[in-house]
Amino acid sequence: MNEPLSLEEYKKMDLLRFTTAGSVDDGKSTLIGRLLYDSKSIFEDQYDAIKETSERRGEEGVNLALLTDGLKAEREQGITIDVAYRYFSTPKRKFIIADTPGHIQYTRNMVTGASTANLALILIDARNGIVEQTKRHAFIASLLQIPHLVVCINKMDLVDYGQEVYEKIKDEFSGFAAKLDVNDIHFVPVSALKGDNVVEKSDAMPWYEGGTLLYYLENVHIGSDHNLIDCRLPVQFVIRPYKDEFHDYRGYAGRIAGGIFKKGDEVMTLPSGFTTKIKAIDTFDGEVNEAFPPMSVTILLEDDIDISRGDMIVRKNNIPETSQDIEVMVCWFTDTPLQLRGKYTILHTTSEARCVVKDIRYKMDINTLHRNVDDKVIGMNDIARVVLRTTKPLFFDEYRKNRITGSIIFIDEGTNRTVGAGMII
Amino acid sequence: MNYHLNHLKELESESIFIIREIAAQFEKPVLMFSGGKDSILMTYLAQKAFYPARIPFPLLHVDTGHNFPETIAFRDQLMEKLGVKLLVGSVQEAIDKGLVTEETGFNASRNGLQTAALLEALETHQFDAALGGARRDEEKARAKERFFSHRDEFGQWDPKNQRPELWNLFNGKKHMGEHFRVFPISNWTELDVWQYIAMENIELPNLYLAHKRMVFNRNGVYLADSEFINRKPDEVLEEKMVRFRTIGDMTCTGASLSEADTLEKIVEEVATTRITERGGRADDKRSETSMEDRKKKGYF
Repeated sequence: MNEPLSLEEYKKMDLLRFTTAGSVDDGKSTLIGRLLYDSKSIFEDQYDAIKETSERRGEEGVNLALLTDGLKAEREQGITIDVAYRYFSTPKRKFIIADTPGHIQYTRNMVTGASTANLALILIDARNGIVEQTKRHAFIASLLQIPHLVVCINKMDLVDYGQEVYEKIKDEFSGFAAKLDVNDIHFVPVSALKGDNVVEKSDAMPWYEGGTLLYYLENVHIGSDHNLIDCRLPVQFVIRPYKDEFHDYRGYAGRIAGGIFKKGDEVMTLPSGFTTKIKAIDTFDGEVNEAFPPMSVTILLEDDIDISRGDMIVRKNNIPETSQDIEVMVCWFTDTPLQLRGKYTILHTTSEARCVVKDIRYKMDINTLHRNVDDKVIGMNDIARVVLRTTKPLFFDEYRKNRITGSIIFIDEGTNRTVGAGMII
Repeated sequence: MNYHLNHLKELESESIFIIREIAAQFEKPVLMFSGGKDSILMTYLAQKAFYPARIPFPLLHVDTGHNFPETIAFRDQLMEKLGVKLLVGSVQEAIDKGLVTEETGFNASRNGLQTAALLEALETHQFDAALGGARRDEEKARAKERFFSHRDEFGQWDPKNQRPELWNLFNGKKHMGEHFRVFPISNWTELDVWQYIAMENIELPNLYLAHKRMVFNRNGVYLADSEFINRKPDEVLEEKMVRFRTIGDMTCTGASLSEADTLEKIVEEVATTRITERGGRADDKRSETSMEDRKKKGYF
């Protein structure tokens, strides 16, 4: 696995971001430890350090969970408090794991980890089957529109590697998932502790004909995870070199949020509504003919139009919705409840505005998916549908169509803290 | 055509986005430059982010006075090439002013003292964002770090109470006197950095390439002979073929035995190595949570 690759081979590797979620003690940290260990991404000194700590604490074997729990408080309490990012790679892909705590009061971390993920890995303890947390995680994966879901039914060694246990959980999960908005679900029976079906195929479960977890992670198709249809470039920064050789240079820098922009394309700038053409797409490495997500580029336009940060460059015949009245699904992150008629600063693409909460439509019970229209106290970790009025028009797409142009965060104007995340409906 | 970026291009694009975001959201950012490969990569990415304009913020080097001479020479050349302003925060000055007290003994290091010099420099110049080249794969406390990491008026980090970071929406709002540390290459691993340096052919100090040097062995780590470090009687100098995987102070940066004298060979070596790059850093070995403890106080 660690045969050195040539530089040309490195250039063919791509990047998969996935998030892990699990309840306390269903072996999430052990699974990640196993992925890192069996793919030889753990270094000897790291291994020696956790081995020593495990021995000092009188634990049996090497506690792979210690690899991911980095903060002092986490090690002391034996729980994961905050999202930890972990990295490993195989010759095919580089992986970024957002390892999020499964504990109930830390749902906000799970939403955070999920926001940038291509894939969600959900763990179920084979002995316990689907629990409240499992549903919560699956719902969040669906709400955050993670394109791929892989469900690991773990601790198969403790249920004698029984196929019936696996099939029963699989059926039950599929039934629940049918009520959600997820298209691509994959199941793998594993034992993170023993290593069955994580990196190596298990001999103990001949009835399972699918690939290992790692095989799936390496091969799942992520080429169409970005929106390549609706051209959107939120202007991030205006580049003006003030150098003699670039006297009239005025470049609109940003990261493509959707679609494929081409040199010569007729484009419209928002909010002005002016149309012009793309003169060039510039980068440090020279001009390119096309730009697509998630490239960071600089666009030069034929005409001199007044554009600044927060504006958006789009295709003339495919413009986003423009409105000051938006409806969002919000996940609340703080002890102080969301205030009806409260005012918050919001960030959306590269734009900043203020909003007032005009209505709270319902609170979501994420265990039953029931919409509760009577309980409108939206506290920490609650998910609700709300109506906002913004101080200026936003240029947005439905979150389902575009995760970049469809998302906002709420900032408390007193504390400056990020207090909520919203997905535009 | 395949509309899909490879992992290095995706990381590059993410970092450029963050660097541009800093220029847009903050009034007075500064790039912390150590002379190591990660901060050289940072200046390279910043150059890409604002091309053809110059990098719109100065660089700050916290000089412990115990740097490798090669680091300083390389730094000065690079600043001239980039045409950016370099500010130097001096640990020696902080010691002379009595802000900090120098450690003594065989393992004396100025590493911890950098924090005082750094905070002093940030305060003097009123910087509201300091960009650093720290990576999450380096160390377990850094694995918990945000891209935009809030620091209170004392420069402290509160790891248990961090702002959640979602999508590509970065909240850089702060009160007077507070500042942010921003880490645009958070998601890069050591191997990514080397692959990228080789792919883009980025110039580095020759300390990173294998060369002959007088070293001695202390607790299993090879340290370079220098005037800043006291050898114990049983520590004998020997000439070895070595290179440095990270570059910090001469007092605490271990050399590794290596024959890798080209970028390609380094990529190959890093891909097959079984020891983390900070494994040779004496400053991390002081205790299991030494990085977290230093970071809480305002270290990089």
